[in-house]
Amino acid sequence: MLKDLFGKKKYATVMLYKDVDNKIRTVAIDSFEKTPGKTPGNDIKNPAEISHPRMAARDRIDSTIDKGTFIEYDTDLKTIDALNFPGYMEKIETAMQNSGEKEAVITGEGKIMGENCVICVMDSNFMMGSMGSVVGEKITRAIEKAIEKRFPVIIFTASGGARMQEGILSLMQMAKTSAALGRLSKEGLLYISVLTDPTTGGVTASFAMLGDIIIAEPGALIGFAGPRVIEQTIKQKLSEGFQRAEFLQEKGFIDRIVHRKNMRTVLSKILKIHTLGGGNDA
Amino acid sequence: MMHDILNSERPIIELENKIAELKKIAKENAVDLTDEIDTLSKKVEKMKQNAYENLTPWQKVRLVRLQERPTSLDYIKKLVKDFIEFHGDRFYGDDSSIVGGIGIFEGIPITVIGHQKGKDTKENIKRNFGMPHPEGYRKALRLMKQAEKFKRPVLTFIDTPGAYCGPDAEERGQGEAIALNLIEMSRLKTPIISIVIGEGGSGGALGLGVADRICMLENSIYSVISPEGLASILWKDAALAQKAAGVMKLTAQDLLSLGIIDNIIKEPPGGAHKDINFTTDNIKSYVLDELKELVKPDTEQLLNRRYNKIREIGIWA
Repeated sequence: MLKDLFGKKKYATVMLYKDVDNKIRTVAIDSFEKTPGKTPGNDIKNPAEISHPRMAARDRIDSTIDKGTFIEYDTDLKTIDALNFPGYMEKIETAMQNSGEKEAVITGEGKIMGENCVICVMDSNFMMGSMGSVVGEKITRAIEKAIEKRFPVIIFTASGGARMQEGILSLMQMAKTSAALGRLSKEGLLYISVLTDPTTGGVTASFAMLGDIIIAEPGALIGFAGPRVIEQTIKQKLSEGFQRAEFLQEKGFIDRIVHRKNMRTVLSKILKIHTLGGGNDA
Repeated sequence: MMHDILNSERPIIELENKIAELKKIAKENAVDLTDEIDTLSKKVEKMKQNAYENLTPWQKVRLVRLQERPTSLDYIKKLVKDFIEFHGDRFYGDDSSIVGGIGIFEGIPITVIGHQKGKDTKENIKRNFGMPHPEGYRKALRLMKQAEKFKRPVLTFIDTPGAYCGPDAEERGQGEAIALNLIEMSRLKTPIISIVIGEGGSGGALGLGVADRICMLENSIYSVISPEGLASILWKDAALAQKAAGVMKLTAQDLLSLGIIDNIIKEPPGGAHKDINFTTDNIKSYVLDELKELVKPDTEQLLNRRYNKIREIGIWA
């Protein structure tokens, strides 16, 4: 029974749609074509009503950043088993194989329709995008680099939260990344957070919710506690659509829901508006 | 109930009762039992040492969850003269699982804030077992900004199983409320000292825990998730919490060696509840010493040091 509750795939591949009564429902999708360079979700006919499948971080960079402009940061940071946690290194190995990445975030700089930015993209294929020391450090360094270069920062979040296998070190990455954003803000620089499915736990309770502008993809699950934990706490099923991007926008926590196929354009417009008048010198 | 927490505590209590009985007999019958009492007292001290000095992480988890464990208000009452509690976040409501207010600590006006658990079931229901909703964190932030304005140092006590995981907390932005506290505490222009007095449960604890000095009471714990939570997520069995506590590195001693905290504050043998005055005196001298140091640098230096302190946390290759 408990096992069912924690079935890994439960929230992994679902799409949202509105039924005839305009209620948000979920439908499981078994798989989707993951062709590099081709953005999943682009061919969806009725975008406002359907959520997006999860996307690998590398594909996100490809579909967001102008071709040939991306410079990746800090590819040499290596995760270690600081707490001597049983099975951790094996999990890291598997995650590296599954995702083709070294850790759960890719950081770097590039241009979006000609506008400079520092960009961080989390990858839910890597241990559910969980944040340990390396993820926290890479994001913090990227923010500090943005301060140095006077670039705006965009972070695409996709994470189950702090990484349990690094214990308290993971928890403290929440404080570290938030403090770095405090410095970015003091410099008058722009930070856009883009919440994608899923964004929960320690990532929601730190940099995800600290954007000057907070954008979300349609149907993305966004919350502090995950739905399973809440259901266990209140011993009730949650309604469909609870903690989805549309729900959060209705409650006032998100500036705008943006469909994947419009993301690049919207981001570039926001960047442009800020370079024209605001504090960004870039 | 509390004796079940530490099985090894039962013979100690039996022996202590026996000593009390002997003392009573000696007094009532005017006989000299000093030697017997001395021998037994030494024995009980030794037993206590053995029982209390090497508590396992799991024993500590259970110890800090005891209802007898002193709470934030217990320490505040003893440490802060003229304490006046303030309520509400000015947006939504008042969350009694976080208390806060102003008062005088050793002649210094301060703002003090802490998670608050109940002393019995009734109070625990009122205080939601020390698990705050967003309005609790927003109240805390309001009081911290007030402290900044009036140049008062902030003292926070951490003691929560975690921020509340319910639909209403989600609707009102639990994540946003905690995130805002993290960024604001990292740049608050007044000294902050945080003390973990019991359970430091995850983001709900950290929401009051970004500070210039972070320390923990000797038996307290601080972790990314509860041992039960870790066991159920990683091993699909909450009953393995004891095992989880063993691998999580959640004790004060673990956190000191990982460089997360600055200091450990001594508790009496058997835990803070055995002698609250002992614990309070230790907190008092720690806070006083650190406050003296923290008022020396100017604001920019203070904030730079706070940033660097947080900035350094993390281990990689």
